[in-house]
Amino acid sequence: MLKISCPWCFERSEEEFVFGGPSHLARPNNNDEISDKKWAEYLFMRDNVKGVSLERWGHVHGCGQWFNMARDSVSHKIHFTYKMGEQPPKNWQSICGGDDE
Amino acid sequence: MQGYSLLSLARNAISHHEGWQKAWRSPELKAEYDVVVVGGGGHGLATAYYLAKEHGFKNIAVVEAGWIGGGNTGRNTTVVRSNYLFPQSAEFYDFSLKLFEEMSSELNFNVMLRQAGMVTLLHSRHDVEVMRRNLNAMHMNGVDSVWLDAGEVADIASGINMSADARYPIKGGILQKRGGVARHDGVAWGYARAADALGVDIIQQCAVTGFDIKNGNVCGVRTQKGNIKTKKVAVAVAGHSGVLAEMAGFRLPITSMALQACVSQPLKPVFDAVVLSPAAGVYISQSDKGEMVMGGGLDMYPSYAQRGNVHTLEQVIAGVVELFPNLSRVKLMRQWAGIVDIVHDSSPIIGHTPVAGMYINCGFGTGGFKATPAGGFTLAHTVAHDKPHKLNEAFSLKRFETGAFIDEMGAAGISH
Ligand SMILES: Cc1cc2nc3c(=O)[nH]c(=O)nc-3n(C[C@H](O)[C@H](O)[C@H](O)COP(=O)(O)OP(=O)(O)OC[C@H]3O[C@@H](n4cnc5c(N)ncnc54)[C@H](O)[C@@H]3O)c2cc1C
Ligand SMILES: [Zn+2]
Repeated sequence: MLKISCPWCFERSEEEFVFGGPSHLARPNNNDEISDKKWAEYLFMRDNVKGVSLERWGHVHGCGQWFNMARDSVSHKIHFTYKMGEQPPKNWQSICGGDDE
Repeated sequence: MQGYSLLSLARNAISHHEGWQKAWRSPELKAEYDVVVVGGGGHGLATAYYLAKEHGFKNIAVVEAGWIGGGNTGRNTTVVRSNYLFPQSAEFYDFSLKLFEEMSSELNFNVMLRQAGMVTLLHSRHDVEVMRRNLNAMHMNGVDSVWLDAGEVADIASGINMSADARYPIKGGILQKRGGVARHDGVAWGYARAADALGVDIIQQCAVTGFDIKNGNVCGVRTQKGNIKTKKVAVAVAGHSGVLAEMAGFRLPITSMALQACVSQPLKPVFDAVVLSPAAGVYISQSDKGEMVMGGGLDMYPSYAQRGNVHTLEQVIAGVVELFPNLSRVKLMRQWAGIVDIVHDSSPIIGHTPVAGMYINCGFGTGGFKATPAGGFTLAHTVAHDKPHKLNEAFSLKRFETGAFIDEMGAAGISH
């Protein structure tokens, strides 16, 4: 079971949260000209990273806020969380590179 | 290939069963193959078998990172059925079930298919209404399914909580009599042995690490045991599809997640059928060894760790105990997880990839064991003809652009 640090409520049990897909996906705003292929890329295609990636999580059974999380999909280690609208540190990949399996 | 029969069993008994051949060879990896199948799960092995048997390919390798059947093929709860909602799925899965019905004789390997039926439980007026409709859809699709009243459910699922104030009251059920279970290892081993006999090289402990692609055409596969020249690659790696796609420079509409299952200590016969409760979020059957085999929903976030969460397990067990209070004192023996390939519409992807010469079978998510023969059969056809079979036409990657989804979540509402 994960202990997740919500940026608003601090450490809480995994059961209070939902996973909400990858972070920093920008919705294309050229609706008129965008191709079906590009639209499918945005809607459905995923990096599905084996290792650390940036994810959106919602504290749905807590404060109700969404936030971002750098988490390893193999070890499940949570490296850090940060608020919506913020960017991760520039060197986040090397920060998370540590001693994971 | 040394055939298995009553006679060969008797003959080998005389020599204390020391004269049996290995079921398949462990050949050296060659420098070139006509087709390289990546992934030695049921789908990869079946693909190799049908490529050799139906399409006459003589020079095929199956390259497996670990041991054959060690992925989801050896981790699933072995339910087979074909009571899907949409015509494309019904046709595909029913074809698969028919291949299961012939499999033991086709492969000369006992896959221990037990068609004792699969019951879906209905617990509310709404369940009843929805399932009446689904049952009609199944009949329209030509899939056998019958309506059960509460008493008939109780006869099949002996021990089920029939009290009126149960958390999940029994309002009825639907039954697919041809549904049931089969031995998952047997399916992998049967296809491996039969493919090997047709000359397929099965290479274990040999992870694929990359692809050689020139002008959009695949021309080689890099592995831990050396590089292979080939013009055709068939990828069937389930939860690792995203990793292999990245090696080839494209992405898939897949998220990898953990699905768990568990078994109890062995018991005397309890019931024969598979019992599924979408509302309780669990399904349960009894293995031939007597263990109660139980599963439920996904661990709800991406994972490549074959472990599974305690609280998901707890939900499954809670659901089982609500339905079958008499199992509450039974001890759990083992729990495990597999990494499944989840797709938006809960339907598989079988067909072309953006790389010419490279084909994929993935997206079966929580329910691809029952599809093992059809998945292999249709992928082999697609590889051999560079064109999908009628049965897998609708299951292409293109549907994510066209929007022609086959949304099967409603057909089961639960993983299995
Ligand atoms: C707990 C659980 C219960 C399930 N219950 C059911 C059920 O009751 N009924 C049902 O129909 N389905 C069920 N499923 C789903 C079913 O198990 C899968 O859909 C199906 O087995 C997938 O088969 P496969 O051959 O595609 O994949 P796998 O059996 O996972 O085979 C893929 C293989 O690819 C290999 N591989 C990965 N990366 C590489 C690489 N780089 N190089 C070489 N090889 C690689 C892996 O080692 C693995 O052996 C269940 C799954 C789980 C986890
Ligand atoms: Zn919070």
